[in-house]
Amino acid sequence: MTRSLNGRIAVVTGAGSGIGRAVAKRLAEDTAKVAIWDINFEGAQETVKMIRDAGGTAIAINADCSDKVAIQAAAKQTREELGGSIAILVNNAGIAPFTPFMETEDDLFDKVIRINLRGPYLVTKEILPDMLAVGWGRIINITSSSVQSGSFGQGHYVASKGGLMGMTKALALEFAATGVTVNMVPPGFIDTPMLRGAPIDAEAFAQTLPMKRIGQPEDIAAACAYLASEEANYITGQTISTNGGRYMGSH
Amino acid sequence: MRLAGKIAIITGAGSGMGKAMAEVFVREGAKVVLADISGDQDAVAAALGDAAVAVHCDVAQEDQVQAMIATAVDRFGRLDILCNNAGFGGGMAPLAEQSSEMWDKVHAVNIRGVFLGMKYGIEAMLKTGGGAIVNTGSASAVVGWKGHSVYGAAKAGVHQMTRAAALDYAKMGIRVNAVAPGTMWTGLVPQSKGIPVPPAGGWRLPGIPMDRWGSAMDIANAALFLASDDAAYITGVILPVDGGYSIGFSGMGAEHSGLPD
Repeated sequence: MTRSLNGRIAVVTGAGSGIGRAVAKRLAEDTAKVAIWDINFEGAQETVKMIRDAGGTAIAINADCSDKVAIQAAAKQTREELGGSIAILVNNAGIAPFTPFMETEDDLFDKVIRINLRGPYLVTKEILPDMLAVGWGRIINITSSSVQSGSFGQGHYVASKGGLMGMTKALALEFAATGVTVNMVPPGFIDTPMLRGAPIDAEAFAQTLPMKRIGQPEDIAAACAYLASEEANYITGQTISTNGGRYMGSH
Repeated sequence: MRLAGKIAIITGAGSGMGKAMAEVFVREGAKVVLADISGDQDAVAAALGDAAVAVHCDVAQEDQVQAMIATAVDRFGRLDILCNNAGFGGGMAPLAEQSSEMWDKVHAVNIRGVFLGMKYGIEAMLKTGGGAIVNTGSASAVVGWKGHSVYGAAKAGVHQMTRAAALDYAKMGIRVNAVAPGTMWTGLVPQSKGIPVPPAGGWRLPGIPMDRWGSAMDIANAALFLASDDAAYITGVILPVDGGYSIGFSGMGAEHSGLPD
């Protein structure tokens, strides 16, 4: 199932576990050299070990992907250690708390927006010049099917992912003629530590999905691998909903 | 090989996007039935060798669609992938200048043809535990498109039929998705006849955010993704492949945005 990424350098944020880990592994399998940025450094190192054991190239960087200084340092380290400019960026790092709207602390709202929206803004701004310099780049934002359908108790989270959806389309237009594409993959219910830690009965929920099953992180990774490849040259500003049929609306 | 051992039918396979799908699918290990009304499918199939068989099919005719499905089952044993790609434009014009006869012709092929393909294709797929359907929709059915009232209405119908059928068969292992091409340099553009690459000006196409025409291969690659196991958890999706056209901010590229260079 591999598709050549021609040894390009990729950054996957939050790849110390879950979806990010699967994306990093898949991009490496498709011959990208992958930098794993995560505040969970232990997890990032585990992902690197998995990739190296499979014959791929990866490095782990301990970085808070919502902190500008840390992002700049991580980008510098990535370019130096992987030997070139960054061509593929998957903005995946995020948090997904559940709190009823009226009980949401203002500080929590700010934190969710900072990590889930301001983080991708800062990381993209740091890495985009690499892509513009060579006239080729791929930015893939991991959002959520909740931006399409809404989600109970997640006003802050859905707002942050909705912001990222809007930024996806705006940047897609602004950079369409430069060779850089910007797309998003909104996962539905995917079997990750994040889902297993959520205050919901995942197995019961799976039975309400058209496909009657929870998705795997590899399903998201496969969509990212396609968007990252040459084969998706003419796709920008778009959404590949990977959700077992949970939401099929027009955005 | 991403479609190793898969059996596929592609309609409208004599030229353009369908032909590109045929070539990509065979490269990835599939055996293909190539259907078209034009006769051009014969040469496409011949060039692909034993992995391809050509059939004449007017997708608006129920008996011909049934025969097309039967060809895949008889020749290769089953049906795994169906690309309902056959379609035609019918000419661009303001709505009041469109004829009701052309409405009937465009809709007979572009939506009734897709309905018939799915109806009998799904019947065959259910016998072997599932499959993947990729319909060819259109960016003109995602956002409005000047002069495309008749065509766009048919393609919007394809999009909605895609979603509903996806729900009908999600738990039976049949995925149903669509690609939505934008401005493609294929046979539907009259000026492209016999000219594989856009002439003067090349691939540039001002007004499209990416500033260029799409190619048949762009669509074939999207169909390959949606048909493959890489898309195992994806159903009911309409995937625009249109250089950013259907983001919705039509007609103006960066040079008209008011932003400094």
